[in-house]
Amino acid sequence: MRWGVVTFPGSNDDRDACNAITRVLGDPAVRLWHKDRSLGGVDCVVLPGGFSYGDYLRCGAIARFSPIMEAVVAHARAGGAVLGICNGFQVLCEAGLLPGALVANRTLRFVCRDVRVRVETVTTVATAFCRVGDVLTVPVKHGEGCYVASEGTLRELLDEDRVVFRYCDAHGRVGPESNPNGSLHDIAGICNAERNVVGMMPHPEHAVDRLLGSDDGARVLRSVGAWLERRGTLGPSATEVVPGP
Amino acid sequence: MSDVTARVYVTPKRGILDPQGKAVQQSLHALGFTEVGDVRVGKYIELRLRDTTAAKADERVRAMGERLLANGVIEDFRVEIAGG
Repeated sequence: MRWGVVTFPGSNDDRDACNAITRVLGDPAVRLWHKDRSLGGVDCVVLPGGFSYGDYLRCGAIARFSPIMEAVVAHARAGGAVLGICNGFQVLCEAGLLPGALVANRTLRFVCRDVRVRVETVTTVATAFCRVGDVLTVPVKHGEGCYVASEGTLRELLDEDRVVFRYCDAHGRVGPESNPNGSLHDIAGICNAERNVVGMMPHPEHAVDRLLGSDDGARVLRSVGAWLERRGTLGPSATEVVPGP
Repeated sequence: MSDVTARVYVTPKRGILDPQGKAVQQSLHALGFTEVGDVRVGKYIELRLRDTTAAKADERVRAMGERLLANGVIEDFRVEIAGG
């Protein structure tokens, strides 16, 4: 499958995302610039971590109006796979592709460390290669990762099984001591109603090699292909390119 | 038609966690300002609009607030228009 990784001014995990995709998954990754208006036919778009537009106004608030975002929204609405990591998650919320918002960590401190997250559902684009209850070790690094939403939105997320990851301990137990930012319901990631758009604060692209502490993130990335394949909507780009007449 | 200054006050919605407000409140208490109750920390945005009227500016700045300046999920905003 073909991946597209968007670079906004201030993105800084775009290269790590490309590295994980190309070297670990062995898939092609297309670099997309924020001013591009086309996604070039990719199967999955990654909105990477970083500090797009310096986090001015609100994290993701300016990036959400980048020219590329019109194509990302259209891709998402058409059922295409979208993965928003950290700042990418914030952009997806600002763009209205995911509900709720990410605000300053309850401690008011930037948090940068490995966390554990529990897989809550496997019927999403980011977890199709996992099992429910799997505990993944992946790093977080953010100052604004506290997920908040209205009561109504939270109820909807819970009722529709749209909480994708929850912060937990090594045994998969959730609790305030395992929650790095004060997110409501220990939410580390959510999906849209169609389950093709996932936003998450932890960084799977940083956890793809045991040498760096964990390769659990690779399962999140592998999930995208597994999910598209299961759904039978992997684009023609996934197969050999057939030369024209 | 003249230049108009618009002041936009963005504040965290009631019921939304405001750790900054909480930290400021605790700090004020520590300094002896014990009468301080709830504290909300927000943003102040000042805009200068060219060749417009107060009514038109108010309408436009409200639209800016809805679209970009505030995030309705977590923030409220209020607009003040000052002429000239």
